[in-house]
Amino acid sequence: MTTVRDLVIVGAGAAGLSAAAEARELGLDALVLDEQPEPGGQVYRSVARVAERRPADLAFLGADYARGAELVAASTGGERRQGATVWQIGPAGRDGSREVIWSEAGAARRVLARTVLVASGAMERPVPVPGWTLPGVTTVGALQVALKQSAIYPAGRVVIAGSGPLPLLLAEQLRAARVPVAAILDTTPSGRTAKALPLLPAAALGAPDTLRKGLALLKARDRSGVPVWRHVREVRAEAGSDGALATVRFRTASGDEETVEADLLALHEGVVPNPQLTRLVAAEHRWHAAQRCFHPVTDPWGETTAAGVYVAGDGGGTLGARAAEASGRLAVLAAASRLERLTEAARDFRADPWQSRLRGERALRRLLDVMYPAPDWIAAPADEAVVCRCEEVTAGELRAVAGHAAGPNQAKAYLRCGMGPCQGRLCGLTVTEMIARARGTTPAETGYYRIRAPIKPVTLDEIASLDSEDAA
Amino acid sequence: MMRFDRLSSPGRARRISFLFEGQPVTAQEGDTVATALLAAGAGATRSTPASGSARGAYCLMGVCFECLVEIDGVPNRQGCMVPVAEGMSVRRQRGAAGVAEDVR
Ligand SMILES: Cc1cc2nc3c(=O)[nH]c(=O)nc-3n(C[C@H](O)[C@H](O)[C@H](O)COP(=O)(O)OP(=O)(O)OC[C@H]3O[C@@H](n4cnc5c(N)ncnc54)[C@H](O)[C@@H]3O)c2cc1C
Ligand code: FES
Repeated sequence: MTTVRDLVIVGAGAAGLSAAAEARELGLDALVLDEQPEPGGQVYRSVARVAERRPADLAFLGADYARGAELVAASTGGERRQGATVWQIGPAGRDGSREVIWSEAGAARRVLARTVLVASGAMERPVPVPGWTLPGVTTVGALQVALKQSAIYPAGRVVIAGSGPLPLLLAEQLRAARVPVAAILDTTPSGRTAKALPLLPAAALGAPDTLRKGLALLKARDRSGVPVWRHVREVRAEAGSDGALATVRFRTASGDEETVEADLLALHEGVVPNPQLTRLVAAEHRWHAAQRCFHPVTDPWGETTAAGVYVAGDGGGTLGARAAEASGRLAVLAAASRLERLTEAARDFRADPWQSRLRGERALRRLLDVMYPAPDWIAAPADEAVVCRCEEVTAGELRAVAGHAAGPNQAKAYLRCGMGPCQGRLCGLTVTEMIARARGTTPAETGYYRIRAPIKPVTLDEIASLDSEDAA
Repeated sequence: MMRFDRLSSPGRARRISFLFEGQPVTAQEGDTVATALLAAGAGATRSTPASGSARGAYCLMGVCFECLVEIDGVPNRQGCMVPVAEGMSVRRQRGAAGVAEDVR
């Protein structure tokens, strides 16, 4: 017999951990499944181990990171499985419960869940610049992961290119760890501060702490002595004779071409929801024009249009770690009320502080959306840029068929883009935008790849293990 | 070529040794296969099925699949998701190793 749980939480980041804490406080039978070896997700990656074994590193990783250890501690008590990759959330059965299937240590396992919380987080926006596939080019987040998980840093000439809060945070973490940075290429277009100014009062009122820290990061970068190029465009990575990254070429604010030599280039153009699980359950998604990505449509508690499936944290739309904690709590309160384990009055009472935190962080996000706009060149990458990294489909090849493709799924059939192991995570948004541009329609009308289980590659052995479990 | 160094902060991480392309490599407790290979200066760790071009870890968070390696004889493992373990044998993944038969 397969067990039926009140709630299965996918992801043990800020959202999933605070959801687990709320579920425990409410006495729900919850199971947390997370594919990383340790809890913490992206922001709080490895935090419990770092706090215990490498406490000195907390000094450069920052107080906000250290706070994640409290979150991990508060979430314990219920069942949490690390190294558990969820690859299927089935349709609702007659009693409304859904089958959740995951792989763990080489075998597949399943449970039935009355409610499911997708807290699988966000990913950095794919940035198809020429040369982004070269060894030596990573995301900004990857360098943070390396620092947190393994206390390793890139030696040699490090170039950070991009826009948004995360490159600022990385620059500060590297400075505090005394890791030299050769250059920062800030791709934020000019004139954004003036445009964002009218949104400042609401952000200052709503999320004063987060805003203050952001401004401090900006100041720290500009005082750090690292050369900063502003309003940079047309970044491209070029290989040396060994086939790895050697040079970063870009256009300056005044339109001149410049180059810097680099051993490592870290790219970042904002964060977008990791869409696989909300797409898998066929929840409705809406195009967010300012962030240039799809968000799952939800009610105020985070319930998607797939009944009983909630989304919390940055998988529902980028709002950052503090907001993820709040939305994780809110989704569990709604699920508990749905399961008739909590009256609506009690739900609303407990929800109040989290709702007000969420409102505040949303006000800040509106400011950030204007300060750091999602890049519009994504709809028109250079011809030679690889769009689908797995199958090596270039922007030029895609452009040649984009006008005739009814949508991303047809482009996939023509070119194999989105058919590799990443299953379109690193090309989906680009393909949508390029087709929309070619056909003169909107990304909303163009849609996205159809996502089917398994959302991560699964071996036949793992599938077989599921059958033998049934036989037993 | 990119090289990663270890911060010399006083920690209590245990040392782990594993094999990369048959050669012994030292890692630290808490490393994933991908971060251990970065620290070991392994460079590119796979080549693509389509053109054979060289790739290395890109996201370190499980979404890009550029870190695919062969671990203890099993191809297509995401190096950034697998904790490194004593005695593990890791090899570069060349082209579409095993994709057709083993993984769907
Ligand atoms: C690389 C990166 C760095 C960031 N750094 C910061 C920062 O320093 N400060 C900040 O405020 N915000 C940061 N952000 C934004 C970040 O998205 C949020 O602040 C915060 O991490 C959101 O928490 P979350 O719980 O929604 O998601 P996450 O913290 O991303 O946690 C999601 C968890 O779900 C797991 N998961 C995903 N899919 C599956 C699956 N199929 N099966 C099982 N488990 C799965 C993931 O492995 C992960 O552990 C960063 C984002 C990224 C992508
Ligand atoms: S480096 Fe991206 S999935 Fe491992």
